[in-house]
Amino acid sequence: MPLSILIWLPAAVGLVAALLPRSIGPRLAALGTLGALGIAIGLIADYDPSSGLQHVTDETWIADLGIHYKLGLDGLNLFLVALTTLGFAAAAVAANFRTWERSRLFYFHLLLGETAVLGAFLAQDLALFVAFFDLMLIPFYFLAGQWGDGENRVAAVTKLVVYTFVGSLLMLAAAIATGVMSAGDGQEISFALSDLRERTLGEGTQQWLFLLFAAAFLVKMPAFPLHGWMPDGYRAMPIEVLAVFSGVLSKVGAYGFLRIVLPTFPDASAHFQELMLILAVVSILYGSAMAFTTTNARLVVGYSSVAQLGFITLGIFALNDQGAQGALLQMINHGLVVVPLFLIIGLLARRAGSEDLRDMGGIAFRAPVLATLFLIVALATLAMPGSSNFVGEFLILLGVFESKMALAFIASIGIALAAVYGLRLFIRAMHNRVGASVESREIALRDAVVLVPLVAVILFFAVYPQLALSRGEDSVVSTIAPAVEVTR
Amino acid sequence: MIAATAPHIDVEALSPLLALTGGGLIVLLVGLLRPRVVREVLVPLLSLVALGAALGLSIWQWDTDTEIIAGALRVDTFALAFTGLVVISAMVTVLLSWRAVAPREAAHGEYYAMVLVSAAGMSVLVQAQNLVSLFIGFELLSIPLYVLCATEMRRASSLEAGLKYLIIGSVGSATLLYGLALIYGATGSTDFATIGESLNTAGGPVRDPLFLTGLALSLVGLAFKASVAPFHQWTPDAYEGAPTPVTAFMATATKVAALGVLIRFFDVALINAQPDWAPALAALATITIVVGNVGAIGQTSLKRLLAWSSVAQAGYILAGIVVGTQHGIEATAFYLAAYLVMNMAAFAVIVARARETGLGDAIQAVEGIGATKPLLAWPMTIAMLGLAGIPGTAGFVGKFFLIDAAVDGDYAWLGIVIVVGSAVSLVYYLKVIAAMWMRPLPRSVPALAGGALDEPPADAPVGPRAAGWEVVLVAVVCGVATIVLGIVPGPVFDLAGDAAASMSHLF
Repeated sequence: MPLSILIWLPAAVGLVAALLPRSIGPRLAALGTLGALGIAIGLIADYDPSSGLQHVTDETWIADLGIHYKLGLDGLNLFLVALTTLGFAAAAVAANFRTWERSRLFYFHLLLGETAVLGAFLAQDLALFVAFFDLMLIPFYFLAGQWGDGENRVAAVTKLVVYTFVGSLLMLAAAIATGVMSAGDGQEISFALSDLRERTLGEGTQQWLFLLFAAAFLVKMPAFPLHGWMPDGYRAMPIEVLAVFSGVLSKVGAYGFLRIVLPTFPDASAHFQELMLILAVVSILYGSAMAFTTTNARLVVGYSSVAQLGFITLGIFALNDQGAQGALLQMINHGLVVVPLFLIIGLLARRAGSEDLRDMGGIAFRAPVLATLFLIVALATLAMPGSSNFVGEFLILLGVFESKMALAFIASIGIALAAVYGLRLFIRAMHNRVGASVESREIALRDAVVLVPLVAVILFFAVYPQLALSRGEDSVVSTIAPAVEVTR
Repeated sequence: MIAATAPHIDVEALSPLLALTGGGLIVLLVGLLRPRVVREVLVPLLSLVALGAALGLSIWQWDTDTEIIAGALRVDTFALAFTGLVVISAMVTVLLSWRAVAPREAAHGEYYAMVLVSAAGMSVLVQAQNLVSLFIGFELLSIPLYVLCATEMRRASSLEAGLKYLIIGSVGSATLLYGLALIYGATGSTDFATIGESLNTAGGPVRDPLFLTGLALSLVGLAFKASVAPFHQWTPDAYEGAPTPVTAFMATATKVAALGVLIRFFDVALINAQPDWAPALAALATITIVVGNVGAIGQTSLKRLLAWSSVAQAGYILAGIVVGTQHGIEATAFYLAAYLVMNMAAFAVIVARARETGLGDAIQAVEGIGATKPLLAWPMTIAMLGLAGIPGTAGFVGKFFLIDAAVDGDYAWLGIVIVVGSAVSLVYYLKVIAAMWMRPLPRSVPALAGGALDEPPADAPVGPRAAGWEVVLVAVVCGVATIVLGIVPGPVFDLAGDAAASMSHLF
């Protein structure tokens, strides 16, 4: 029940806010996201690491098709849910400090998006997961198309939606096939993940289903070579929306591998392990290389995300406990740094009049607090020892070293490259010669209200990554167990 | 003295059909009265009453399962469910036509009478249990539609649409008739059940070239009516040229009837030859999905766009028929219901905007309405998302169901074709959404005419005017229904399940 409230609270608040006067609606929407954040924190406090799936809700949704409305919380999605609520709360509060045309509609779409993402993270029924997964794109289509930046935003965001939908719909077909084909004689068709895990499919069937699921998740992340929508799509979005899109939505793809693919298609996961690892390594190298050559600050972060999600994929397909745990931690870490990073880029762009690194420079001059916040986030991004990101990447590489030594060596280069693009972004924006139209200003109180808590969470996790690791451990180990078994 | 026994007439089972035909006659006669209020208000009202009666009688008869008129028609839940869909579609058509140009030009009574008679033809078609009644239903539905297409007599494109539809429709009818004749020749019977039995006997006509040719020809004839590619070429032109309410009727009711009779014909009469026709039908479905979706990209007329989209949608629905299972029929019936409400929402918005802007059905007519006309913009948005198959709408559940049936019937690849088609379809559905929400309102509205409006605006019979509350109501109700069907599909599922259950010979 608390999970249903958590999922539907944002959408309900969004709907109410859309009907209220313009002066109250946006405030109420922000309050709604903060309420969801409060529930998520309550769930973390209440979480019992030893007792598996918790707060389970299981109702029949569509009886004829065997689809259940089944939700559940475990170590795998606990912190991702918290990250989602945190990201959306930050975006909604930050957006409140700007005026939007038709603002009530803006918040309606934003909060509908939050509901869809939370639903995807909490769903324990494959069909329900697919429904939420497909649904979550639509609000972002409206957000980018109506309130986005740039002349070509409609074309860009259409490309984004079509790209991701090809993947999502292939997954839809694969999900249905999984449910139907795994039901043996006399068994009811079921899409519940717990049932699918027990009803194993033949290896050949697993393989084509795996590929369809992988297509959906890799596009969503995005991973090389399926990232074609990313540069245009990222440029088209309002920065507050982009912060959650990149920080939170990309995680659903990685989460899908852990939650669905590894347990349901263990043989195929082992079969395609090398392919996935190679894709991951290529994503790391390609993303890093693009991140330190492009000059658009958004895209620096965008390509760095391609690299970071490469690391996460790497950890997942190490197919051992360290790798998966590192991947889960890194999903949380990446979300935590990307959300403030995009918000900071928004602030920088307002000071420099452009998002191009060549127009920036010297912003730190009169803004020591902003510079400090930025520096903390940037150092966390490049996985400075002492940061939680360091722990995550360390675990991932440890896992890969155990399974595929050679690939782990190549992937390690990615860590060095991260330092290059992370520091480049910081130095070219904050130091160097003052840009032509740069106006160095200290961070305003209202921006600090959003950024300081986010940075505080990063610092907290740097000191105490165990919070997520210890709560996640049991769930991660048991979720990937079938796939680990196969590789042994 | 000769003992004469009057033939037994099962009036109860026949009653929905009687309501439609009787209603048609009354409307035709009342339409002859002079007073304006009679023709412009009473006639549509009477049509609605007749349709409402037909719907009510169908619900009343819901659990019957009987053959009437010496086995020519079969009244079962399947027939009643499909009749119900046709009748609902006709009711919406009447509402959309109420203040439209077409009925005024065609003397109100005749227009509405033809809608009712065409609906009666569709009802006969989905009840057909015999090759002859099948053909009668087919013609009864087609001939009024040829006329209805051409009712805006002062608009060249309307006449053109009617003529085109007449010629191509006649070719389709002729092909169908030829095919039916060959099937009769091969099996020796016009009765579906007997044909089915003769196909089941060893050494029966299943491998007979005469029978297979007949099968192919009748499939082509029916494919014309259902706009299945490659027999769809008339669709965009006829849909675009016909008065919009008539287009809405053709796009929904005709599709329901044509696919309903495909089920009767293939999944009842010819089910024992399923290995022969299923691959051919699956191939047709694939071609239809590809052609429809590719054709729709780049259309600037909303009616043409929906025409191509209806071609693609017919391809999706065929998947439910190909597998030849009860599950497939259930999926087909549910999808048709979803398809009906989604399309009606879209057509209502087109009607409303054509009246408000005078831009006809060009996509410019809906530009910028997201900011100014939420009651029209939201239904259209929901309809487009639903047709694309986005979760939370009827389209998603319907597609889920169809793919489920396809995989279940060992046609998993057809399921993949459906999803790939849906992904492509987003390109043009999103174009409409983008026009509504992401473009500004056009400045000087009527002067912009172009694109789909192919005659000078001076020729247009009426300038911009109010949309009419009934049109907005239809849009809103259908939009809400699309969402409700997507979230609580259970009740309609049960009805679809009842309909499929009357095909008790299938698995």
